[in-house]
Amino acid sequence: MEPSDYLINTEPKSELAKVEQEKILKALETDDIKAYFDDALENQLVLNMGPQHPATHGVMRLLVSLDGETVVKVVPDIGYLHRGYEKLAENMTFHEFIPHTDRLDYLSPPSNNVAYALAVEKLIGIEAPPRAQYIRTICCELSRLASHFVWMGSMAMDVGALTVFLWAFREREKILDILDILTGVRFTTSYTRIGGLALDITDEAINRITAYLGEFDANLIECRNLIERNRIFVNRCDGVGIISKEDAISIGLTGPNLRASGVQRDLRKDEPYLVYKELDFEIPVLTGGDCLARYYVRIREMTESKKIIAQCLDKLPGGPIDLHDTKQVLPRKENVYTKMEELINDFMLINFGNIPPAGTESYFAIESSKGELGFYIISSGTGYPFRLKIRSPSFVNIQALPIMMKGCLISDIVAIIGSVDPVMGEADK
Amino acid sequence: MKEMIDELKEKLSSKAFAKNLLFTEIKGYNCIEIPPIDLVEVCSCLKNDFGFNLLTDIAGIDRFTKDNRFELMYNLWSIEKKQRIFLRVKLNSNKPEAPTVSSVWQTADWEEREAYDMYGIIFSGHPDLRRIYMRDDFEYFPLRKDYPLMGLPGAVELPKK
Repeated sequence: MEPSDYLINTEPKSELAKVEQEKILKALETDDIKAYFDDALENQLVLNMGPQHPATHGVMRLLVSLDGETVVKVVPDIGYLHRGYEKLAENMTFHEFIPHTDRLDYLSPPSNNVAYALAVEKLIGIEAPPRAQYIRTICCELSRLASHFVWMGSMAMDVGALTVFLWAFREREKILDILDILTGVRFTTSYTRIGGLALDITDEAINRITAYLGEFDANLIECRNLIERNRIFVNRCDGVGIISKEDAISIGLTGPNLRASGVQRDLRKDEPYLVYKELDFEIPVLTGGDCLARYYVRIREMTESKKIIAQCLDKLPGGPIDLHDTKQVLPRKENVYTKMEELINDFMLINFGNIPPAGTESYFAIESSKGELGFYIISSGTGYPFRLKIRSPSFVNIQALPIMMKGCLISDIVAIIGSVDPVMGEADK
Repeated sequence: MKEMIDELKEKLSSKAFAKNLLFTEIKGYNCIEIPPIDLVEVCSCLKNDFGFNLLTDIAGIDRFTKDNRFELMYNLWSIEKKQRIFLRVKLNSNKPEAPTVSSVWQTADWEEREAYDMYGIIFSGHPDLRRIYMRDDFEYFPLRKDYPLMGLPGAVELPKK
């Protein structure tokens, strides 16, 4: 096959392209290599970033079209961590799916557990007792803190501020130690049960949380000083990756990313769940819409989370942590081993599951650390969900990357990905 | 919630598509059932006149019935009024097809790609209808009820030893 055969079928679109094509054809005949390169800067380069790239925070792939150093177009490619959780959920009971929710947003497992438990409880039509609600709120906010610390460290690392990475992870490690005492597990907690919790909060856990909150402000300021007074960090984030209010709403951003574009939307205030109605806290909103605004929204959110946890500990009521509903709520393990009635109930629930009426549908969403995390469940009158749709915030947030990255420099890409805080376990489901 | 749906009913009654709408409820939220043909018109009306400016989710559903096997559930949120509404669209069993709403909300792009990937629902007029989770040469639609949990042998080519 002659070299010129390759070009026969391509129709030149404009006059300029026609001239260009003739030039290349001529060059192919005469073996003039210079002809390929003389206008290299006028061409666009397609760059593949990921799926295994340290700055993509997981297995996300970006196809970047570059003009020199300027980004012309970005096409995100996801699905490398797709495990088919929605399919799996249709083939197991409601209780069996709780450990899988840990693996969605793997930086804040307790809040996923809570979101799922609340969704199933809404479907069945039960509600956990007040003490469980308060402990769940504490869990949600602790996991928000843990998730934001990981984000803080890794985003700063992406733009070259390496020191704070270890400091932020040290703080997160303390939260994991608290979760270890509170839930029995450091990381994949599976803490909630339908209608209650796996374990009650102990005095030791309360003391650990109080001690942690006491030193929280000083430690956060320590981390903040390292970042905010770092000129490189500020220069690389200020005015980079701007998304306007209209675009942010249209692309469906939720959570801190949306609030950094000047939209006041937080489900904790707008659709209060758990005990957020009784607590006093604020929703930080900034109008910049750039990486620095997203940074400051999260930092301020962390201080608010600390306030929420402190209030929950103050107001923590006594009483049971499980709803007394033998048909829907698992009995406590020690009773299963010693009492006949509980053994029967346990047997029925484990084997046949919670059975909501046929045709029931419900949607429940919480404000997780990334945005609106919702579960839409349909029941067909069996122990298995007929359909379980996970509304994952990271999936939608990643979709906004092309808008934020358009026209930025290639080195800004990592700063933008870091500021959006995607978690691929959640985006890929 | 009740006032909101009454207001909606009243304001929509003058439109041409009003007689095709069916108002229902799902666990504390309002839901409107819409024939696919009116979908884009209703969506842009809800967005522009009623402030439902945030499309949070599109869920595909396989009912596995003879008629109207596939369904789409649109989850809309109004930032100003802090209200949620659901739109239900029932689709044909043999050739599930719905018009795209990506011209109304940009976020519908990926949500519709997900529904296409998992259920094979075609969105006519979609700018870039490709698979999103599964690989491009995958031939099946894994969330359909007739696709087995364990997968089909040979559906994904594995590397040879």
